[in-house]
Amino acid sequence: MIAYVVRRLILAIVTIWAISVVSYAIIQLPPGDFVDSYIANLSASGSMVSAQEAEAMREHYGLNRPIWVQYAKWMNRVIRGDFGVSLEWNRPVTEVIGDRLWLTIVISIAAIILTWGIALPIGIYSAVRQYSIADYIFTFVGFVGLAVPNFLLALIVMYLGFRYFDASIGGLFSPEYELAPWSWGKVWDLTVHLPLPALILALAGTAQLIRIMRANLLDELRRPYVTTARARGLQEWRVIMKYPVRASLNPFASTIGYLLPFVVSGSIVVSLVLSLPTVGPLLLRALVAQDMFLAGAIVLLLGVLTVIGTFLSDLVLMWIDPRIRAGLHG
Amino acid sequence: MSTVLDAAPAPVTTVAEEKVAVATQLQLTWWRFRKHKVAVASGVIVAFFYLVALLADFLATIGPHATDAARSYIPPQEIHWFDEDGSFRPHVFALKGKRDPRTFRLVYAPDPEDKRYLVLFGQGYAYEFLGLFPTSRHLVGLDRGNPEEALFLLGTDQLGRDFWSRLVLATRTSLVIGLAGVALSLFLGVLLGGISGLYGGWIDTVIQRLIEILRSIPTIPLWMGLAAALPASWSVLQIYLAITVIISLIGWTELARVVRGRFLSLREEDFVTAAELAGASRMRIIFRHMVPSFLSHIIAAVSLALPAMIISETTLSFLGLGLRPPAISWGVLLQDAQNIQALGIAPWLLLAAVPVIVVILAFNFLGDGLRDAADPYG
Amino acid sequence: MAEPILSVRGLQTWFHQDEGIVRAVDGASFDLEPGRTLGIVGESGCGKSVTARSILRIVERPGRVEGGQILLRRADGRVTDLARLDGQGREMRAIRGGEIGYVFQEPMSSLSSFHTIGNQLIEAIRLHAALGKRAARERGVELLSLVGIPRPAQRIDSYSFELSGGLRQRVMIALALAAEPRILIADEPTTALDVTTQAQILDLIRRLQDERDLAVILITHDMGVIAEMTDDVVVMYLGRDVERGPVDAIFHEPKHPYTRSLLRSIPSVLATPRSRLRTVEGSIPHPYNRPAGCPFHPRCPDAMPGLCERSLPGAVALGERREASCFLHEKPASGATAPVPTLLEPRA
Repeated sequence: MIAYVVRRLILAIVTIWAISVVSYAIIQLPPGDFVDSYIANLSASGSMVSAQEAEAMREHYGLNRPIWVQYAKWMNRVIRGDFGVSLEWNRPVTEVIGDRLWLTIVISIAAIILTWGIALPIGIYSAVRQYSIADYIFTFVGFVGLAVPNFLLALIVMYLGFRYFDASIGGLFSPEYELAPWSWGKVWDLTVHLPLPALILALAGTAQLIRIMRANLLDELRRPYVTTARARGLQEWRVIMKYPVRASLNPFASTIGYLLPFVVSGSIVVSLVLSLPTVGPLLLRALVAQDMFLAGAIVLLLGVLTVIGTFLSDLVLMWIDPRIRAGLHG
Repeated sequence: MSTVLDAAPAPVTTVAEEKVAVATQLQLTWWRFRKHKVAVASGVIVAFFYLVALLADFLATIGPHATDAARSYIPPQEIHWFDEDGSFRPHVFALKGKRDPRTFRLVYAPDPEDKRYLVLFGQGYAYEFLGLFPTSRHLVGLDRGNPEEALFLLGTDQLGRDFWSRLVLATRTSLVIGLAGVALSLFLGVLLGGISGLYGGWIDTVIQRLIEILRSIPTIPLWMGLAAALPASWSVLQIYLAITVIISLIGWTELARVVRGRFLSLREEDFVTAAELAGASRMRIIFRHMVPSFLSHIIAAVSLALPAMIISETTLSFLGLGLRPPAISWGVLLQDAQNIQALGIAPWLLLAAVPVIVVILAFNFLGDGLRDAADPYG
Repeated sequence: MAEPILSVRGLQTWFHQDEGIVRAVDGASFDLEPGRTLGIVGESGCGKSVTARSILRIVERPGRVEGGQILLRRADGRVTDLARLDGQGREMRAIRGGEIGYVFQEPMSSLSSFHTIGNQLIEAIRLHAALGKRAARERGVELLSLVGIPRPAQRIDSYSFELSGGLRQRVMIALALAAEPRILIADEPTTALDVTTQAQILDLIRRLQDERDLAVILITHDMGVIAEMTDDVVVMYLGRDVERGPVDAIFHEPKHPYTRSLLRSIPSVLATPRSRLRTVEGSIPHPYNRPAGCPFHPRCPDAMPGLCERSLPGAVALGERREASCFLHEKPASGATAPVPTLLEPRA
């Protein structure tokens, strides 16, 4: 068991390192160096930077050093919480990102909870009542979720809301709460606005999970231990819920690891369509405007959070599978 | 004395069963596949779409880049199928521009006086059919006059470009990029998955870890970053290729997983050991013995990977980071539909979503059917 | 002779597949007497397991009990036809485990790997007795010790994959007896075990039978186990019983050609060295290709042309508690032996 935890931990750390390298590569991609862009930006708004200041900046960011030194310096700063300055907003990156990162996490987690909450019962029902009408309906809805890219779904939902309900769908807060400081009222407002975007985000993953759950359960239902439980005189619904469902939860649970990056990815695009105040729209702007420290920081933070989430889900997996605890698997 | 016992017992196997006994893996897969009506129908739909992609220019009616600000946001034209006398002669009414007396803007409206009949193989803009020979015949044309005056099957967009033609051409671009992306993914997947599965050991571990790392990173931010870094000065073709490479990097992990799994399980099969004992070389074993038995799995995996490619390209282009105008793809078209106000005026722009959804569904059903046919017990 | 505690009459269990109906059991009849062991023997695929599962109504879909009777004599003397009960109803569930316990063949896959054996054992106990958790756990520990598991108080919290094959099978037996049934059905309980463990498990079953006065149905394809463990035997072929009787009579005077072939095919230390192993000729027919007439006739060394491939022999009484379904013993024209009608009516 310890071996399992250690292995996953090392993997997580290596992944984070890989993400950091890629994030820094993104920062470096546009032509020219950061200081040039900074100066150009400043002079466009009227301020001037002296040659000495420019040189000092270059030194600070290590721009006249080989690239791995620059990377090391950047990582050094990042660990201390200094993600650099946003070109476009002229403020530290952390300030610009602000709440958005947390909101991204909140909506991702909400989507995952919804995914599980919907996929699990439907998957079980579909397997137990194979070929029933409900099974076909659910399968169909599942396919819709699978076939329609989430941004398209968001677009269609927005359009329908606009056209037929004259409602403006989008955003995570009512106008009065948008810029207000956090309060219980704001939390409630968020909770009320959360379901629709979370649902749209969740749909694609739900379709996948329903199919996985259904397939797993169909397999497990045929196994001898189910018959054994029946032979004891256990009620039918209990037989199913306690034994084969439990067994098929395993491959199901191991999908969280890939659900999280999938959902976080999806949230980027969906938040663009629905104008949610999450990290997504910010990232797109940053990339288009070549505001590289901001973009790189967002990519890094998203990656790190995803990896942490995946690692936590690995721990959950270990907790629910006695075989891993005994050191047999994983 | 002949007794009933002397008569030959009923044949153990029928002719059909004999055929089954000597069928190859691919034949078995094909027969199983044929039983899945939905999958077969999906296959037909996919083939149909690729046919459209092939004949894109022929199916288009008006040059997809021909802008005319005055023609902006014209709704899809109504095709009248029958004449007043009841005969089947599809026709449309040509659009006449009239100046609105209040706004002085030129507004186009159908003119019932000006009937244009639809003809097959009518004249339209010039293009090269299949890149082979120049022609200006299209599937549908008008009996007189320029299609640009009257034939807007799906209306126009903000810049007055014919939406139908753009949609057809977008189909070609998106499907071709999807295919190219999958081909690249397949190459990567087979290469790395094959090495992983065949050699095992530490190479396997390294590649496996690499795949795990890639799968646990949220892909869209990364690909957004890469795509955004493509210099705006690159030509359309260069961007095409770059986008293809980027989206193929998304899908190869799944294919590698399938290939590796197959190699791993095949390694243990007795027929491989038998070939080794018979003295066959490594290469021969791989290509002559192992590959044919998992070919059908690969086909299924490819079919399931294509939708992901299409979604990736569509998403990136929709964000403005993938293909950009003047290139035309589903994502580019959908970008025009991003504005809710615009959709309110021109809801037909959302029709670009229809082929996307249909194709993705079709590929999914097809892939599922192929996968079940390749390995019913897997 | 005591009244049978379980009587199966003309049991039919069919599987409705897409390709056709598989008649896994198509006319099985036998009696189980209290305190005695009945062996059901036959080749793989003859329907022994399906018969046993039909008794407890736990046949997997798409199988269903189509006809016949399964008469259980309850503790209070009344007789219930299990074939007519609602398979998921309360009464049937009470019988499962409470009156009839079942030991399965494959102990590894018959126990859930996600629950401790204690969890499963206590569940079995509490389903049929109103005991609190602690009392049930104590009973569980007692049961484990009863079936010979060392350190039962610790073992009750282990998982199935932590135990050896022999121990797992003992747990299965404990599970089957958890609710103090009067009948124990053991479906090939030792097939998946090695020979030494086999002997131990069989000993255990015999001991438990003596201690608790159980009636046991033992299903096996191993004639050696039959000889050692059973009092009465039913020989099955293609879903029908072809011969029944006390074990000594069956072994010394087999009346049905199939039984004779089976007995002949047991390798013997006393046989002439280097002589050919006798086998039963041919192989089991495909379920969709059942032979017309007597199901055994294609492989039967004593088949009578003109008769055996046309008509189905009924069960013929051949003495006390002896029956065989074969035209060798049936005199169709005379009324001296009273055969059961040749075609069984399916349940309406």
